[in-house]
Amino acid sequence: MFSVDFYDIESHLTDDEKLIRDSVAGFVDREVLPGIQKSFESGEFPFQLIKRMGQEGFLGASVDTHGGTRISPVAYGLMMQELERGDSGLRSFVSVQSSLVIYPIHQFGTNEQKDRWLPGLISGDKVGCFALTEPDYGSDPSGMKAKAVKDGDAYVLNGSKMWITSADIADYFLTWAYVDGIVRAFVVEKGSPGMTVQPIKHKFSMRASDTGEIHFIDCRVPAENMLPGVDGLSTALGCLSHARYGIAWGVLGAAVACYQEAVEHSKSRIMFQKPIGAFQLVQEKLADMLTDLTCAQLLCLQLGRMMAKDEVHYTRISMAKRNNVRVALDIARKARDILGASGISVEYSTIRHMLNLESVYTYEGTDSIHTLILGKKITGLDAIH
Amino acid sequence: MRIVVCVKQVIDTAARIVLKDGAVDGTNLAKVLNPYDEFAVEEAIRIRERLPDTEITLISLGPEGFRDALRAGLAMGADKAVHLLNPAFDDVDSLTASRLLAKAITTLGFDLILCGRQAVDDDMAQIGPALAVYLDIPCVTAVTQLEFSDDWNRATVTRQIEGGSEIIESPLPILLTCQKGLNQPRLPSFKGIMAAKKKQIETITAEKLGFDFITGNDSTSTVIATGLKLPSLRDKGVMLDGPASDAVVKLVKSLRDTEKVV
Ligand SMILES: Cc1cc2nc3c(=O)[nH]c(=O)nc-3n(C[C@H](O)[C@H](O)[C@H](O)COP(=O)(O)OP(=O)(O)OC[C@H]3O[C@@H](n4cnc5c(N)ncnc54)[C@H](O)[C@@H]3O)c2cc1C
Repeated sequence: MFSVDFYDIESHLTDDEKLIRDSVAGFVDREVLPGIQKSFESGEFPFQLIKRMGQEGFLGASVDTHGGTRISPVAYGLMMQELERGDSGLRSFVSVQSSLVIYPIHQFGTNEQKDRWLPGLISGDKVGCFALTEPDYGSDPSGMKAKAVKDGDAYVLNGSKMWITSADIADYFLTWAYVDGIVRAFVVEKGSPGMTVQPIKHKFSMRASDTGEIHFIDCRVPAENMLPGVDGLSTALGCLSHARYGIAWGVLGAAVACYQEAVEHSKSRIMFQKPIGAFQLVQEKLADMLTDLTCAQLLCLQLGRMMAKDEVHYTRISMAKRNNVRVALDIARKARDILGASGISVEYSTIRHMLNLESVYTYEGTDSIHTLILGKKITGLDAIH
Repeated sequence: MRIVVCVKQVIDTAARIVLKDGAVDGTNLAKVLNPYDEFAVEEAIRIRERLPDTEITLISLGPEGFRDALRAGLAMGADKAVHLLNPAFDDVDSLTASRLLAKAITTLGFDLILCGRQAVDDDMAQIGPALAVYLDIPCVTAVTQLEFSDDWNRATVTRQIEGGSEIIESPLPILLTCQKGLNQPRLPSFKGIMAAKKKQIETITAEKLGFDFITGNDSTSTVIATGLKLPSLRDKGVMLDGPASDAVVKLVKSLRDTEKVV
């Protein structure tokens, strides 16, 4: 059951979408929420959940082979929503593993490559990461410096990648680099000579997620590790569309968690001899939160139904990613405010979600970049190039 | 082994119940597979994991919506399901429900019947024992541990009793009602959920069961619910303000004179 469902979205879900949502919700309640505050405070990803998520089918939800069970786009979105109700870091892990590693290998890899890498990634025995961003190239990945040069039966890879989710725990690094002026993707295996990985510390956001940087110095990658179906940067952006769709849903989970905490607090916290929820200013905040949340839910539902019919241009996904992250962040900040001083304590989930959402606002295309994508769609004029 | 698991759908205990026209208004409330029935389904699946030649059939008597409970059990891993469906079944009492279930289960055939200890909505805890009587088989309630002899013909059952546990041995077929502690029910995996879509839910109507509408013999529920009441709201607490020294005096006075507890 949708925990916040003002417009009866429940009635638009199929039986299996509801079962999937409830199953992930049960997993989050049982296995994520009890320990997540500790993971966030200690800055550690809850590793023990990876295999469990593999068993439940979360990691293989975008493909139908090699042990995966593909689910409908709406079911996929509901999974992301529930996971992010737990923590954005956990949802990020699944977004990367499923949309940015398993999905591209499945779409653009050979049969041998799929047989080699997919089973472990889908079962959760292996971890993957998606290495696109570089220290000097974030919003503009086309400027990337990473380069691979063919040498016999291998490519020699040089370059650095930064802010890579799961880098420090990854077995397979889906790495993007120029080969003769065209962007290609390689699966670099952990421990390849010439590759070093370092965790990025001192984060105040996504603390329960692993983020790292990777350096390649004359790293030899066997030629058969290049995904032959990848032809230029647009392929990477195609994978990102898939992940961004999941983010648009995911942040609703974080928003619901904050909203519920705020509602509960507003009814129980007494100030000036009244519950604070009785004051008009607090009610206005709650009314705005619920309205924005409901609009964002409906946006996702329709986007998901269009995805199922293959009717989705990436600009539609940009709209949902941009809008829903804004909405979620705004709800988190309002909830933080309503909680008063308690709102800065991680004993409540709100501040954790609020801090996490700052990352979500930036990654997978910053808010501004999605604004420009929509601006170009509307006017036909490119504001960047 | 042929295992039949009796399940029903209940309103999620976290939901806030509202009464409308003397009945529970479940329209917008979350409904789930009865938690005690989850123990029963889980136990059946664990038996099948040890004894692969096992078939697990779910059975439920109740309105259209109970299909969701059957789907949930199939998604956990049961093999097939039977739904006893007719508007006339909706208001039957526990005894009649048991009689109808017994009729259907006899035609299915069974070695073991598992039920939840009780349904968390009406808390009757009658279906299991009554069903065992109609089927004329032994029954053990509130089971927390279950083991079988090597030839799977006898069951050793641990059940909860006041201040301890009791161990009982019985030949099969037997009916057991499952108690918390028996196992930790699994969440349905995506594979299970998608596979459940292809599993069969057979609907059995009243006629097929030989349910006697004409004389009303079968539908004569001897027990009739005549009313429902929500628990009365807790009284508002009293705040004692002022400095602690005054508040303590007021508290003692109130405990002695008003509440009369000291
Ligand atoms: C927790 C976390 C996890 C991440 N995980 C991954 C991962 O797994 N893989 C990966 O490849 N990357 C990952 N990233 C990196 C992320 O995708 C980038 O941070 C993002 O693309 C932005 O790049 P940047 O940080 O270099 O910011 P910049 O591109 O330097 O942007 C800085 C600011 O300038 C604005 N800006 C830039 N260009 C324009 C323009 N043309 N017009 C207007 N405004 C502009 C931006 O909107 C932003 O406000 C992650 C980041 C974080 C924080």
